[in-house]
Amino acid sequence: MAGLSLKNLGRRFGTFEAVKDLNLDIAQGEFVSLLGPSGCGKTTTLRMIAGFIDPTAGTIDLDGKILSAPSGSLPPEKRGMSMIFQSYAIWPNMTVFENVAFGLRLRKVPSADIKRQVHDMLNVVRMGELADRYPSELSGGQQQRVALARAVVIKPAVLLLDEPLSNLDANLREEMRFEIRRMHDEFKITTVYVTHDQSEAMVTSNRIAVMNQGRIEQVDEPYKLYSRPKTRFVASFIGRTNFLNGTKAADTASFEGFQVPLSALAEKAPDGGAVTISLRPQAIRLHRANPAVSGKIALGGRIAERAFLGETWDYQFAARDGGLTLKVAAPPDTVFEVGAEAWVELDPGEMVPIA
Amino acid sequence: MNVSTDALGTTASGGRVSRLAMFQPVMLVWVALAAILVFLIVAPMEELVVSSFQHADTGDFTLENYAAAYSKPRYIQALWNTLKMGAAVVALAIVFAVPLAWAVARTDMPGRGFMRLAMLGSFISPPYLSAIGWILLAGPNAGWINKAWQWVTGDPGRIVNVFTFEGLVFVMASNVFFLIYIFTHSAFEMVNSEMEDSANILGAGPLRTAFKVTFPLILPAILGSAIITFLISIALYGVPALISIPARYPVVVIQLSEFFGNTPIQLEVAAAYSIPLLLITAVLLGLQRLVLRRRTHTTVTGKGGERRIVKLGAWRWVMFAYAMIVALLTLVAPTFVLFVAAFSKVWTRGLEWSNLTFRNFYYIVFEHSTSQQAIVTSLTVGAAAASVAIILALGIAYIVQRRLLPFAGALSFLAMAPFVVPGIVLAIGFFAAYAPPPFALYGGVSILILAFITRFLPVAYTASAAGIRAIHPEMEEAVRSLGGGRLTAVRHVVAPLLKRTLFAGWLLIFIPAAQELSTAIFLIGPKTRLVSVLVLDMSEEGRYEHLAALGCVLLVILALLVWAGFKIAGRDFMLRRDAS
Repeated sequence: MAGLSLKNLGRRFGTFEAVKDLNLDIAQGEFVSLLGPSGCGKTTTLRMIAGFIDPTAGTIDLDGKILSAPSGSLPPEKRGMSMIFQSYAIWPNMTVFENVAFGLRLRKVPSADIKRQVHDMLNVVRMGELADRYPSELSGGQQQRVALARAVVIKPAVLLLDEPLSNLDANLREEMRFEIRRMHDEFKITTVYVTHDQSEAMVTSNRIAVMNQGRIEQVDEPYKLYSRPKTRFVASFIGRTNFLNGTKAADTASFEGFQVPLSALAEKAPDGGAVTISLRPQAIRLHRANPAVSGKIALGGRIAERAFLGETWDYQFAARDGGLTLKVAAPPDTVFEVGAEAWVELDPGEMVPIA
Repeated sequence: MNVSTDALGTTASGGRVSRLAMFQPVMLVWVALAAILVFLIVAPMEELVVSSFQHADTGDFTLENYAAAYSKPRYIQALWNTLKMGAAVVALAIVFAVPLAWAVARTDMPGRGFMRLAMLGSFISPPYLSAIGWILLAGPNAGWINKAWQWVTGDPGRIVNVFTFEGLVFVMASNVFFLIYIFTHSAFEMVNSEMEDSANILGAGPLRTAFKVTFPLILPAILGSAIITFLISIALYGVPALISIPARYPVVVIQLSEFFGNTPIQLEVAAAYSIPLLLITAVLLGLQRLVLRRRTHTTVTGKGGERRIVKLGAWRWVMFAYAMIVALLTLVAPTFVLFVAAFSKVWTRGLEWSNLTFRNFYYIVFEHSTSQQAIVTSLTVGAAAASVAIILALGIAYIVQRRLLPFAGALSFLAMAPFVVPGIVLAIGFFAAYAPPPFALYGGVSILILAFITRFLPVAYTASAAGIRAIHPEMEEAVRSLGGGRLTAVRHVVAPLLKRTLFAGWLLIFIPAAQELSTAIFLIGPKTRLVSVLVLDMSEEGRYEHLAALGCVLLVILALLVWAGFKIAGRDFMLRRDAS
């Protein structure tokens, strides 16, 4: 198939398994993020794709050709990929122009073409005016744009990004996310993006692969990943959530204080007698009186804690019967005092059973 | 968008990656480097040890060489004398260096800038020139000091004589103390004032603080550099050759040159006789490692803290006087005398207008073909050795720092190994390995260059490794991800970024290599000339005016180069701690 394919990929460092039995297919032109906490194996995976690390198990292939296998790997310089690094890695001994032109020169592109392509690319990243500057005369954001131009100008088969925004300040980071997305929309380069920042991944990616302890937990579009997490790790790593533990009998699931028909849940519950569901705080609605909507569940209780976060109120709701507490997010105009009586309305269609 | 894979010559196809595509040229480089290091280090050292057990004619195993080397009481005495001299030199060097280092690093003593300059002068000026200076000053008969004494008092006796044990130790110490100074100075700069403040605030006075807090913190630096200084002084050839022979105080290096001076050369005996020198060095350097390792637990944390200058009050002038006396005795006086002699018709007549002449310089530079040749050879050999050592060290340091290949650690071990080999012992090993056929290198400059490369490889390696450590690996990975190989990355990114570091390292090698005597003395052929060896020859012939002019020419050239180094590489390039 066309595109990048990781099959049963594994990497061991001594006795430590950094990446375990990882499978991922990335279609040509697709933008996929590897998202996970530090130490989850995402950077190791990226560096295996780049060719800086050899796998100890499995293969990596591009358009059907094997690039990496435990028996030997193609060195990075022969893969036709390019990579953007956390430290930018802009060469301080070369001007902006020379940095961007470097890959083209290695490819023996005629110098008139180099000049044109580099200037076009610098204009795309809005660095056209600064072509003759040295990197020490640029800000962090400008250096990152140069890195982007340098990587993209060679029209790589695959573009790899290793936490490229983690050294930038918050505002710039937000701006650069869209910049990266815009570049992808313009050039349609197959891209693998490593990050630990979920909003970065959600802004840029077609699909996100959430990694944990060397494995991929789930690969999905950003919206699906948030609304239909498959595992406990994914549900808690992407956004905040409430986990409710219950038991399963015939066709209903029983939780503390309420029951729902299994068929009403968002997804089919996994086999076994116990069931855990994830319910996002945003999916819960607060009321002053029992709303009594059919098909929904209403629980009475009181507000235990609250915090105002600007865009939302963050409430802790304690149910009257039993020890159930729920995180609830409410719009700024929904104001409840701590200790006030309240009702929550739960939608079984928002309850996602997780593995 | 799958253009590039094929454009870059990927030969991968089907089920696996082809061998050819996986090949990286860096492996060849590794093999080449390993071969070079074996040639430069392993073979000479192996040859040294092996030949010490070989019969001179038959090549059979024998212990006769050892028997011969330690047969006479005189030989044993020379060993003992050497140790005694080394210990005395270190003691005196500490007296010179430590107060100065403290005063320059931590007090408001006037003239600190001048002292820094003087230490630089000590580094540039080779020991044998300063020994000549002191011979002119304190020679028993014609020395200026004795002459002045006789003129002032009318007493026909003499008050100083450089040709004594004391004279030998003094001249040696003047030439090696700057190493202790450099180490101690940087240790003082590491000690955080807050450590001393906490002692003060608990009620300790300045003196008690100095002895209870400051000095214990810098003690490892003093001990470590004292050990190196000891090793350098027992292996130094120039000063003993000029002073210990007339002083009738035999030392190991002189005894070695006697074994070498006999015809036929008693190479095997010399090898056997040099083994104790090698062992002492290895043991003491091991000890130094131990001492310095302990320091990392105690004081290095002080780095970056604020350092307060100690206000000495009236004592600053006492300290200043001491510093000036040390500078005068170790550097200014002998160099001054050398320059005066260079401009004199007859050096014994001293400073008189009628005695002034430029003839000596004219003779050295334009008439005397031997000294012309010596100057050119010394500078070229120094430059060649420094350049090759730096390139070699850069390659090794790169492979080691980037963990390119398994067993890279072995390369770094080999590159640092010459550090434990005294120059004169290295020369014997080189002679044993490369003077006989098939190499038959003896007599040319190539064996000198090779030996100098080996001798200074550790300096080059330390400088290169520090430089490479400072370059983020992602700088090179960026090259590779764009389609450049390792070598492209080194050429376009690593080397340009290291330019300054490498230049500083080059100078640190070039300057001692251009004046090197200990390694050269056994390897130089009858037709080759080096300034260092020629100076020694001229002093035997008593041609002090010509010798002085030659020495001054060398000093001026080196000083100009150091000045250029300051301009290009920055002010502190000489004072790096790893410069030893």
